[in-house]
Parts: sequence; structure tokens; C-alpha cells
Amino acid sequence: MAAPGSVKLLLAASAAFGAASRRCLLLVGAGKPGRHGELDRGNAASRGASRGFSLSAPSRRSSEDKVTIHFVNRDGEKLTTQGKVGDTLLDIVVNNNLDIDGFGACEGTLACSTCHLVFEEHIFGKLEAITDEENDMLDLAYGLTDTSRLGCQICLTKSMNNMTVRVPEAVADARQSIDLGKNS
Amino acid sequence: MAPRGWGCWRWAAQPRARLLSPAAAPLGFRQLLSTVELVPHICVVGSGPAGFYTAQHLLKHHPQARVDIYEKQVVPFGLVRFGVAPDHPEVKNVINTFTQTAHSTRCAFRGNVTVGRDVSVSELRDAYHAVVLSYGAEDHRTLGIPGEELPGVLSARAFVGWYNGLPENHKLTPNLNCDTALILGQGNVALDVARILLTPIELLEKTDITADALRVLRQSQVKRVWIVGRRGPLQVAFTIKELREMIHLPRSQALLDPADFEGLEDLIKEAPRPRKRLTELLVQTALKPPKGEKADGKAEAPRAWGLRFLRSPLKVLPSPDGGRVAGIRLAVMKLEGSGENAQAVPTGAVEDVPCGLVLSSVGYKSLPIDPTVPFDPKLGIIPNRNGRVSGAPGLYCSGWVKRGPSGVIATTMNDGFLTGQVLLQDLEEGVLPIGPKPGYSSIEPLLKNRGVQPVSFEDWEKLDAEEVAQGQAAGKPREKLVDPQQMLQLIGH
Repeated sequence: MAAPGSVKLLLAASAAFGAASRRCLLLVGAGKPGRHGELDRGNAASRGASRGFSLSAPSRRSSEDKVTIHFVNRDGEKLTTQGKVGDTLLDIVVNNNLDIDGFGACEGTLACSTCHLVFEEHIFGKLEAITDEENDMLDLAYGLTDTSRLGCQICLTKSMNNMTVRVPEAVADARQSIDLGKNS
Repeated sequence: MAPRGWGCWRWAAQPRARLLSPAAAPLGFRQLLSTVELVPHICVVGSGPAGFYTAQHLLKHHPQARVDIYEKQVVPFGLVRFGVAPDHPEVKNVINTFTQTAHSTRCAFRGNVTVGRDVSVSELRDAYHAVVLSYGAEDHRTLGIPGEELPGVLSARAFVGWYNGLPENHKLTPNLNCDTALILGQGNVALDVARILLTPIELLEKTDITADALRVLRQSQVKRVWIVGRRGPLQVAFTIKELREMIHLPRSQALLDPADFEGLEDLIKEAPRPRKRLTELLVQTALKPPKGEKADGKAEAPRAWGLRFLRSPLKVLPSPDGGRVAGIRLAVMKLEGSGENAQAVPTGAVEDVPCGLVLSSVGYKSLPIDPTVPFDPKLGIIPNRNGRVSGAPGLYCSGWVKRGPSGVIATTMNDGFLTGQVLLQDLEEGVLPIGPKPGYSSIEPLLKNRGVQPVSFEDWEKLDAEEVAQGQAAGKPREKLVDPQQMLQLIGH
């Protein structure tokens, strides 16, 4: 159940910088240019400051790096978006400004459960092993299922292309949500 | 229902609806009114997670709403700044989201304004379309036992406020010249306090804990901390992440009596996942050999923490000269019932535990803000239905003052969103007054006349920069300012 030794060491070492971004370095290869080279991504202040802006540099990489993900939001709406292999699901939500209320409050530092997502069975089974730390926070998530994980800990792989993840209810039925900004 | 003749005439003569009472207007007109662009002015009282998340929801889901967030402290963020432990900086990342909200052109932070003293809730209700009370729980539940007033007996809330730089607890300066501290209560706050008492000082030095707290903790003699609960291991209120931190505390060992955990693993087989995992970790830790016997030969666990169960405080025992705490008398309890609803009942036996410091961590408590706002002293909350304050249209509440003082930030976040949702629903359905309201423009002169100088978010950012700069010199993320007068001077008030 525990992650392989070297992953654990890396996670422990990078705890101060935001576990999520370092974790995914293992998948993309540490030497690659691009967002993961920005070490201050783990820094809370810069992360907060950059939230409103797209972090994707003009892509010089091939489209083979891109993965399409479908999010089913709490109100049933389907949001389709793209991310790069190695991005976490939290990264995708943030970078694409997906309209999911309160997602990722602690900014990927395993200090909350607001990036809780529900996966399809066949995807869930192939995800990287869960750590005690993630399990501890998942314990607090509302509406936990057998295929739940925290989005900030799940890195995109090519095999996830076109997968659908569901954003579970936070507490009450969000379908009652009134949005006076939308045309009703 | 026949409309009053003058109503229609007035509307024809004066397109702006403000002179008309909606009740007098014909139905068609009312429908027309609702499509006129109204700028709702909403007031939120309290700038902790409840206040900010409610504001966030309102601003996001209503394109014109303006939200003013009032705060009695000079600085924003409530318990995120004054409650979350210094060694939990990730939890404070939510401040980035709050900062974004505060930066909205439709949002204004108004610090250094004490609602209920500088301005009344009635005055706010007159000025704004809706008022949301999100002022949390600033007090603590007392033990109600003899000796509670002795030097050396503190509320955990005050201790936390002290090490986190809450101005009102600045002078607490606890006396840590004893080897044993005893904490009553087994929630996450109790573990926070224990952890701060036992963490090696060099680790605390890199956090935003106040300089004063570091100075006192550096000289602390406390070697052992007991964390005592009335009920059993299956009723502990702390969560697994915090327990794991205690277990991994450098140079401390866990003192858990295996006898307390006998037979538990069978009892929790069907328990919900969080309780099951938590109990498994407790049992596992209780059955491990003490740290001193590790293979690396380092018997370096000079400090210890332990959990004691089924003990309820009866009396604080004074020193011979009556000057301070020397111990505490605990009633030995037994459990009736099981699971989360088990009750502790006295067996008649008592036990005295020597200690030099008693910290009561048995819950925070809200206080009534204003005589015009209903308050339930027994539950310690504002009576409400889904955030609508009972018997007070246009008045709402969110967070701990609405639901009681428990839950993590995410819980309060969802609650803030819910209250926001309910408020917007009322706005949409015409439950709230629909004419224009002056908002802050009528409060500002009131405050000025009363000699109150509100602090803006920009002002806070100056203080923030100052704290960060001072912290850099000490290798800390920030050196908190703890004197409100100094803070006001720094921003030119």
C-alpha cells in the first residue's frame, strides 16, 4: 500500500514545496522544460497569484503529450478540458479555470479534501498507490466512494485520455445553486 | 388586489423605483422591477473562512453584488491566522483565495471595526440589503470546577491565541516551569497544544510562531503532556493526520496503555472508515515498544505525551501555599452505550494527577454580538434555518456562529457557500428589500463621527509586507505584529 521507497523519499523531501508538483516530475522526467521547471510553483503565494492566469506556455511539444479529461460537475454539467501528461488533476482544474466551487483549497499540499474526485473503476485500479497521508485526508472527504482519490495526487498519464471523473457533492445538493450571472 | 392609484402615477413620473413600496405596486410592475439592475449591498461580519467564503460565493454568483467584510481585528483571516498552528503552514494557503476575493472591485475589507460596539447590527441592516454574521467563536467553554481560576490553569484557546499573536492574549506569558502539563479534551486543538509544547524548539524557530512564544518555549521545563478525555479511545475527537504527527514528533515518545485498547480492533470492524483507520493507528501505536528501544541505539526521547481515558476533571488542586496549580483531581468514568453517542458516567473512584499546568480544551464558544440579534446561549449559536436568522429577515449567519464551533476549514467553506446560496435565493425571490440601499456610504460617516478608523485591505498588505520582511531576518515566513497600536501607526492611522 505504501508508495515505492524512492517516491516516498522524494515526497518527503519536497513536502515543503508542495508534494504534487514534485511527484509528477517522476513521470515527465526531471530535465524537461516547462511548468514543472518552475520551482516556485509549490510556493503558496506565487501559486495564488498565478491562479487567474493560464500557466501553459505556447506549446512546443507534440499533441501526443496532451490528454483530454471530462469532469462531471456537481450540477451534472460536463466540463471537457485538456492537460499534459504529468499534470495533476488539480493543475488541470486550476489552469483551465474550471468552474468547480472551492476546489483545491490547500493548493495541493494534502491539508484538505476539497479536490476529492471519483474515478471510473478501470482507471482507479491502475492509479499509483495511495499513501497514508492521502488516505488521512480522504478520510475527511464527504461522500467517499470505493473509487475516490484526491485530485492533487493523481498525475495524468496517456492511458487516462478521455477518462471521466466526477466531482462529488460537498455537503448539500449543489443543484439548487442559484447563479444570477447566468441567463435563467 | 387593487393597486393604489398614486403608485402607478408615481412610477410614470419617476422611473427610479425607490419611492415606491413594492407591496403597493401592481404585479406587472413588480416583475419589471426585478429586471431593473439592482446593486445589492451586502455586509459580512467577520473575515475568517466563514466570512470570506460567503463573500466569495456572493461575488461569484451575482454579477453586481457588492460585499463589505467587517472585522474587529486590525488584520483579516480570523482563525486561519490566529488558530491554525504555526507548523501547519499549508492549511493557511486558503489565504491566497481570500486575498483574491478581497481584491475584487466589488469587495471591501473594513478592519478595526467592532460590530456591536462601533456600529450596531441594526445600523448595518438599515444600510445594507442583507447582513451575514460570520464572527465565529471567540470564547471558550469553561470547566466549571473549583480551582479553575488558579494561576497555571489556562484555556487552550488563550494558549493558541498567545502563540499565534492574537493581541488579547499577548500578555498571557504562561509559566512553563513544571515537568508535567495536563490537557483536558481530546480534539485537534488539544493535540496542537501538546505538539507545540513538545516540538523541538529548532523546528518551531522556522515557523510564524511569535517571538514571545519562542522565548518562553525555549525555557520550558515541560517534559510530559497528558491529554485526557472523559470517554474512551473510540470517542476521541482528534483526526488521524494530527495523531500521526504526534507519533512522529522528534525526540518524544507516546505513552499509551495497551490495556486501554484491548479488544478494540474487533469493535471497529464495521466502523466508518475514518474511525476505523484512526483506531487502528492508536492500537498499533499502543502495542509498539517505546521509542527508546530503537535499533539505532538512540534512547533520545526525553519528552513524552500520553492519552488518558475515562477521566473527568473534578477539582484543580492547589500548591501548599495556594499560589498555583499542583495537580488535578479526576473522576474515574465508565462508558454507557457505545460509539459516537456513548456517555461517560462516574464510577465513584477518583484519581489525583500531579501537574504544574492545566489546559482546558473542551470547546470554543460563540458570544452574542448585539442585543437585537437572537442568540441561543445553551447551544452557543444564532438560531437559524439554513443560515436565515430566525425572526430576522435580511439577517443571515455562516460558519461556527451558525453551526457550532467544530469542523475544519473545508467544512466552513461549504457552509459559507450554502449561506451565500440561500441569500441569493432570497434576493432572487424578492424576499429582501429591493430598493437601492446606501451600503458603506452611510456607515462611513457614522464611524468617522465615532472616531473609528477602518483599516483597508491595502493597509493590511502593508502590514503583511512588514511582517514578511521582519520574518526574513529571523528565517521565518513572517514575524507577526502583535500590538494593534503599533500596527495602526505603521499604516498611518
